[in-house]
Amino acid sequence: MDAVGILPLDVVGWLVQFWIVLGVAGMFLQRAPQQLNNIVFPLSALTSLLLAAVGLWALASPATVMVLPLGLPDLPFHLRLDSLSAFFLILLGGASFGVSLYSAGYFKTMAGGMLGLLCLEYHLFLVGMTLVLLADDAYMFMVAWETMALSSYFLVTTDHSIPDIRKAGFLYLLIAHVGAIAILLSFGVMQGGNGIDAYTFDAMRGAHLDPFWSSVAFLLALFGFGAKAGVLPMHVWLPEAHPAAPSPVSALMSGVMLKTAIYGLLRVTFDLLDTQLWWWGVLALGLGLLTAVFGVMFAAVQGDMKRLLAYSSIENIGLLLVGIGLTLIFHVYDKDALAALSLTATLYHSLNHAMFKSLLFIGTGSILHATGERNMGRLGGLIRRMPWAAMLMLVGVLAISGLPPLNGFVSEWMMLQAFLLSPGLPNSYINMLVPVAAAVIALAAALAAYVMVKFYGVIFLGQPREAALEHAHDAGTWERIGMGWLALLCVVLGLAPVFVLGQLDHVSQMLLGTQLGNAAGNWVFLAPVDTERASYSPLYFLLAVLGVMLLTSLLVRRLYHGRVRRSDPWDCGFPAQTARMQDTAEGFGQPIRRIFEPFFLIEREVPSPFDTHPRYHGRSDDRLWYILYEPVKQAAAKLSSAASLLQHGRIHLYLTYTFVTLIVLLVFV
Amino acid sequence: MENYDLIFAILFQLAQLVVVVLAAPLLTGWVNQCQAWLQNRSGAGVLQPYRVLHKLFHKDAVIAHNASPLFRVTPYIVFGCMWLAAAIIPIIAVDLPFSQAADVIALVGVFAVARVFISLAAMDIGTAFGSLGARREMLVSFLAEPALLMVLFTASMISHSTQLPRIVETLAHHQFVLYPSLAFAALAFIIVLLAENARIPVDNPSTHLELTMIHEAMILEYSARHLALIEWASSLKLFAYISIGIALFVPHGIAEVGHWAGLPLGIVLLLLKLMLAGAGLAVLETVMAKMRIFRAPEFLGTAFLLAVLGLLIHFLLGA
Repeated sequence: MDAVGILPLDVVGWLVQFWIVLGVAGMFLQRAPQQLNNIVFPLSALTSLLLAAVGLWALASPATVMVLPLGLPDLPFHLRLDSLSAFFLILLGGASFGVSLYSAGYFKTMAGGMLGLLCLEYHLFLVGMTLVLLADDAYMFMVAWETMALSSYFLVTTDHSIPDIRKAGFLYLLIAHVGAIAILLSFGVMQGGNGIDAYTFDAMRGAHLDPFWSSVAFLLALFGFGAKAGVLPMHVWLPEAHPAAPSPVSALMSGVMLKTAIYGLLRVTFDLLDTQLWWWGVLALGLGLLTAVFGVMFAAVQGDMKRLLAYSSIENIGLLLVGIGLTLIFHVYDKDALAALSLTATLYHSLNHAMFKSLLFIGTGSILHATGERNMGRLGGLIRRMPWAAMLMLVGVLAISGLPPLNGFVSEWMMLQAFLLSPGLPNSYINMLVPVAAAVIALAAALAAYVMVKFYGVIFLGQPREAALEHAHDAGTWERIGMGWLALLCVVLGLAPVFVLGQLDHVSQMLLGTQLGNAAGNWVFLAPVDTERASYSPLYFLLAVLGVMLLTSLLVRRLYHGRVRRSDPWDCGFPAQTARMQDTAEGFGQPIRRIFEPFFLIEREVPSPFDTHPRYHGRSDDRLWYILYEPVKQAAAKLSSAASLLQHGRIHLYLTYTFVTLIVLLVFV
Repeated sequence: MENYDLIFAILFQLAQLVVVVLAAPLLTGWVNQCQAWLQNRSGAGVLQPYRVLHKLFHKDAVIAHNASPLFRVTPYIVFGCMWLAAAIIPIIAVDLPFSQAADVIALVGVFAVARVFISLAAMDIGTAFGSLGARREMLVSFLAEPALLMVLFTASMISHSTQLPRIVETLAHHQFVLYPSLAFAALAFIIVLLAENARIPVDNPSTHLELTMIHEAMILEYSARHLALIEWASSLKLFAYISIGIALFVPHGIAEVGHWAGLPLGIVLLLLKLMLAGAGLAVLETVMAKMRIFRAPEFLGTAFLLAVLGLLIHFLLGA
């Protein structure tokens, strides 16, 4: 390909332009929503797939750069496609392929005008995320970052007639911008050289900052990207915005957009800054652990299925931050193999999370369409009404619970291996921190399984809790294909980790200068450091379990019989069974609420035995909102009411203000 | 020569696969018999679990009208997982080719797969007891699983490997070294073993009293061959846990790589260890009382802390 002079970056450029064309085409096709759905979204999905393919190609190729004739005078846009960008392009393409296919079916019922606008915003969102990954100067990066933030804001507020959604959108926009300011400041600290080129990433790579300014840049980046990713305590927007958005958008936001923040953090920490300090790693590790446990704890007590998934995203972002922290620590102490291992685990988990979280979010979309209900307490028994959605989401649920042989387990396995191999760090405090951190990771992973059993069990299993659920319909063809793709990726990423690791080596070569490699030397066994130390083979694992199951089933049938009789449930002989006797979402989360009671702000209304109309109401709220955000909110309200003293709405008053300002300026200047 | 060793090892792996599945109910029968003796009953004999299984396999399976395929496939998954788990733990010899495919983290993963599936199946019919059991099972396990992982990590740290054969090999060689970290790990492991196998004081395998059930509440809707497979899987799980305990804390006497002559002694020692462990379990269950369900998290929290402490001690002292 190189012979004809086509570079991966050129192809990505064409694909991005095609996305813009598709978005605009959506506006023109708004009078023909049928065509819009059946042509534009599948074409968009195809573009995603091509993007992932180009990413795969670029991963192994040397970095390519390009200067666009766009931008401000003398300040053109710089683009660069290297291994790190390429990896995240694969993630973006792979996840958005499934989500776009799904969208072709999901938005069928939407009114034409709204759909046209949504189509434009959707594609601008994709373009924004792609350009964030390609940007090679601070200006381009911020423009792409803002494109991404604004387009997703409009997508979140698609149903803007609902006040709560407007509120959620505003919160999201606010925190996104506070974060963006921090990122901008971070770039400001890192600028290198003089003149107009000081803000290219190349100049930043060349600038040698002293430890103090490096730390300032890192902290600002951690804050800024953390706000986007939902790291504690900037997580508050996530559980509000994700449920508000249409499901495919939630899927993209949670699966892909959060990863752009991870990308940014990796880019700044390992690429743009040339020195790293050990305490950055400890800080990231600590914050990550807090975020992970916090996220999963709150996920366990949620009653709204999309809020539950949003909190679960917070947990996963926490795990990714732990991975980054661990990489930093190992990298600073020159443990190259371990740094490569934890970086690989982090990247792998990003990829996995993109797949299973997108799958689960679009799955909730199908449920929402079928039942009109987001509250898990009014669902139940859907496995019998929606077998396709149930089966595909089961894959996602098992994967996110970190069960072998699916993909979630692989990244968890590698992360734990990194912890296990860590003794021998020169700093004894960190040495003590490591086992505690491993324990917390294990706890978070086990709680994640609790959350997912609740999620799946309450929604899909049991008896329908409402009569209307009898009319629920299964996901449509496009929706099934979209979910099927993501489920397939969950399985493939779980069964063939060695291939994935081979590709990830390019990224760790670029960022850390070392590769992980595979000690086992064949594609069946995953053995990151040494075959004597650890190895895992998902394929053999799956074959063994399936083989044993098949053998058992055959033996039982051969030696005995396979007779089955259907009857009413037994339930200890209890005669009056109603659907209301099952655990609700609150009921299933109750033990967690009780164990971790101090962490929740619990508001409960429990009926007394004498109530004629007993009513139960319970809410577990986030204390951090009241501790950190409420004071700021009140201060802002006070300030603005103080400012309103100046406002009276009379024109002569404003003219007086102008006049006084003018006089003052004349006196001083 | 090496080829012969490999073939021999594979044959041995298959043999262990067959032996564990056949022997597991015997261990359950032994524990029950010991309990009967301790409680001044004559007991049903160590072969009783086999009779129960045989009886259950003969019966027609009765399942609820609204049972989904998930409900029907779960017993096979649970049985398969437990069988596999019991088969990859080195108990007689350390040459187990399959343990390369699944190390200790994967072993914990196998248990998790079985647990998640049985909890989901319990919620499938939609009875009050089913979801109660599922909720409690997940509650017990979200503390027990990390504790087990930490116990296994302590052993992995000592042997610099997460592969069970390596761990056992290393630990079996250091015959007279007492690891303080392993002492903590052993305490934690006993608590986890009691909790994960639905034993007193966390659960009671022989109860059907509604308020105290955990495991039994989950499998209430199962009958005939499905129930038999789940009961058998429970026996296998107990066998696997006791094997893990033996492998980690008293592996001495196990036959080493290529030393097939050590097998007879290994088998005799193993039988002794299993009998002792079963009797010990019966004593523990007899002297303890069942605790309230909300005391269980504290009990398991203790196990988790002990396990983490063990790991920490290893990090600090290097032993």
